Amino acid sequence: MGDVVFAIAFWVFTLLTLGGGLAVVTVRNLFHAALFLLVSLFGVAGLFVLLVAPFLAAIQVLVYMGAIGILIIFAIMLTRGMMRLEHPFNSQAVAGGAVALLVFVGLVLVVTPLADEIGLAEVNIPAEIIEEDDPADVDYETVSEMGRVIADRNGFVLPFELASILLTAAMIGAIVVAREDEA
Amino acid sequence: MVPLWSFLIVAAALFCLGVYGVMARRNAVAILMGVELMLNASMINLVAFWRYVNPGEINGQVFAAFIFVVAAAEAAVGLALVIAIYRNRRTVDAEDINLLKW
Repeated sequence: MGDVVFAIAFWVFTLLTLGGGLAVVTVRNLFHAALFLLVSLFGVAGLFVLLVAPFLAAIQVLVYMGAIGILIIFAIMLTRGMMRLEHPFNSQAVAGGAVALLVFVGLVLVVTPLADEIGLAEVNIPAEIIEEDDPADVDYETVSEMGRVIADRNGFVLPFELASILLTAAMIGAIVVAREDEA
Repeated sequence: MVPLWSFLIVAAALFCLGVYGVMARRNAVAILMGVELMLNASMINLVAFWRYVNPGEINGQVFAAFIFVVAAAEAAVGLALVIAIYRNRRTVDAEDINLLKW
């Protein structure tokens, strides 16, 4: 893939991700916010493709946009009366925005070459990693390699099984919590 | 290719949007959507660092896959709680859910 094509794709998916994310937290109508959340998640799936993670991109579309997206839309519709609150933002919205902006500025200082230039470099990740723009090629099939590592005894079998138990417990818990009492 | 830090900045911006959503929104479902944005930002970070720093092993992607599991569990339980609260108190406004507030 040419560098220019890569850069254009990166900017398109970045625009989708951040534009959708901004709309999620600012739009007044909650249903529209949920739809913008799907746009943002699609942008993230595109970034996964650019980062040579096709399996994660597929899971992002199937699980995040499909399952979790529908779950959120269901929850919004079940609480329909709350969809348009008179004031969608609470009294600390301005302070919250300031804190978020402050966190962003801090993160930008840490993760860009900017910190290097104003003499903060020693507390950071080494600049040559941050500025790396030509990583080694991924010369294996990521999907099959991932399947092998997850099922490998010296790999991630234990976390994998624990994740299954966590998911089962969470689903049973969700059913119990959301079920109507027939007492 | 673009440098690693451009991916990191996208992730940082997405995370901060999520932080703002969690802190400023009143509807509990909107707060959960902010949490989803933050989880997505962490996944972009993991996969970007994997791709640029250690693409020889698949570990970074496996970590991101585990975040998917946690995110799914979080969404299911969180939304179940929202529905249960709505059924009992007829509201999902985080300002009004103050039973345990000191």
